[in-house]
Amino acid sequence: MQTFFQQLINGLSLGSIYALVALGYTMVYGVLRLINFAHGDVYMLGAYFGYYAARILHPYRVVPWIDTLAVMVASMVACGLTALLIERLAYRPVRHASRLTMLIIAIGVSLLLESLGQIVFGADPKFFPQLIPEKTWRWHGVIFTNQEMVVILVAFILMVLLNLFVYRTRTGKAMRAVSFNLDAAKLMGINTDRIISLTFVIGSSLAAAGGVLVSINIPGIDPLMGVMTGLKAFVAAVLGGIGNIFGAVLGGLILGMAEVMVAGYGSSTYRDAIAFLILIAILLFKPAGILGKGQVEKV
Amino acid sequence: MLSLKGVSTRYGAIQALSDVSLEVAQGGIATLIGANGAGKSTTLRSIMGLAHPHSGDVLFEGKRLNRVPTHRIAALGISLVPEGRAVFANLTVAENLELGGYLQKDRNKLKRDMDHVYEVFPRLKERLAQMAGTLSGGEQQMLAIGRAIMARPRLLLLDEPSLGLAPLMVHVIFDAIARINAEGTTILLVEQNANLALHRSQHAYVLETGRIIMHGPSSVLAQDPRVKEAYLGE
Ligand SMILES: Nc1ncnc2c1ncn2[C@@H]1O[C@H](COP(=O)(O)OP(=O)(O)OP(=O)(O)O)[C@@H](O)[C@H]1O
Ligand SMILES: [Mg+2]
Repeated sequence: MQTFFQQLINGLSLGSIYALVALGYTMVYGVLRLINFAHGDVYMLGAYFGYYAARILHPYRVVPWIDTLAVMVASMVACGLTALLIERLAYRPVRHASRLTMLIIAIGVSLLLESLGQIVFGADPKFFPQLIPEKTWRWHGVIFTNQEMVVILVAFILMVLLNLFVYRTRTGKAMRAVSFNLDAAKLMGINTDRIISLTFVIGSSLAAAGGVLVSINIPGIDPLMGVMTGLKAFVAAVLGGIGNIFGAVLGGLILGMAEVMVAGYGSSTYRDAIAFLILIAILLFKPAGILGKGQVEKV
Repeated sequence: MLSLKGVSTRYGAIQALSDVSLEVAQGGIATLIGANGAGKSTTLRSIMGLAHPHSGDVLFEGKRLNRVPTHRIAALGISLVPEGRAVFANLTVAENLELGGYLQKDRNKLKRDMDHVYEVFPRLKERLAQMAGTLSGGEQQMLAIGRAIMARPRLLLLDEPSLGLAPLMVHVIFDAIARINAEGTTILLVEQNANLALHRSQHAYVLETGRIIMHGPSSVLAQDPRVKEAYLGE
């Protein structure tokens, strides 16, 4: 039982990261029907932007939580701007081309970011500066670290904020309208190009937050770190029902748990395999995902 | 108020409109009738910038609309109730109406406009918290029209509002259209139900395979032998 609760905590913290990244996949899919394959690499950029922000801000450190907040905001803003650029330069020009064209462009952007990452940041892993000195508590034999708690808490806050934005604001309503029917949204006077850009910016800054949070827990970062996490977050989004915000969160948490449980009770050799097993199972038995409705379109 | 001058629109190799010219005068109800695939929806889409004419001009109060993005055209004072209604099914009735008033930033005015919609369609008021997708066809049509008038358009374009509705509901919808018109909104009505459209309008255009083949006062067209034979089934 004790091990189970330990795995639960670990799964929750890993799952929160997947959920943050999965949100970007699902939101962009919602407005553009595009699987943005470059999204995992944006998460990688988030970790690197955070890394450089942490190094630049190092001399001005105040207290751990303010430092962490500053690094995270810096990385989120930088990633948001990068996403704006990617959307304008790569995706908008081919928006009216076929879906396959968009998909190929997305794969191209992904490869480009990975290569640029290796050139600019170097191919060797870097060590993320420690923002929060580790503290641990023990409660009935279950170990809690403050770093894991921060990851879970911050991810939770971000998801609540996103939810408030999407369901309680005028712009959030416009975003839901765009994802339901693009032409009808235009008829309402909504500048849909702006909403689509904004969707990229929000999705990418959430991924950036994920990149920083993961580095608080596991400080080694490298230019290909987005490949596996990106794939898993994609699986999480499909699992929850792509296009569905709650689905992305649910899928992320389930995947995080499943992975940690497999590693804890089975063998850690298989921890990466579980994501793909889930993907195959979901495509076979419930292609629309847990919360998805109707038929899933082929990409 | 609105004029199309020699508008031609195609989808790939399909020529949907050829040299369409028409005028909608301020204040009245004009109608565009025609069979399936004649190009009625394409005409409305070409006005709203959802389809792009390759030649000809679309003018609204003297301003050329070609190449103006759809959301700006909406802001100029034209609303379209699209074919098939296109309500936001996964949003509530209230949210759909709020989106209709998306450009209205004054909350008090927004509130007043919503009250106006409830006056025109009392049924919607009872359904505010319901998801639009769960409404009946007639209620969805009410919502689509209500959403469109939330923008206080000066010109309202309606694409087959009677489609798929029971006769009683068609009556309700057309009475509402008459009321909206009486309150000062000019209307361009697209219909396959020519009988209904000719009775409810002052001026009519007949579209056949992308061309305007006839136009004139609705009462005159309703008596025209060719119209009678082809569109009124007499
Ligand atoms: N997106 C599209 N791509 C290709 N062809 C299209 C498209 N939309 C319409 N068309 C074609 O253009 C022509 C005019 O279509 P349109 O929808 O304007 O007709 P309509 O008069 O509104 O018909 P209906 O009464 O069935 O609604 C038709 O031949 C149709 O097949
Ligand atoms: Mg039509």
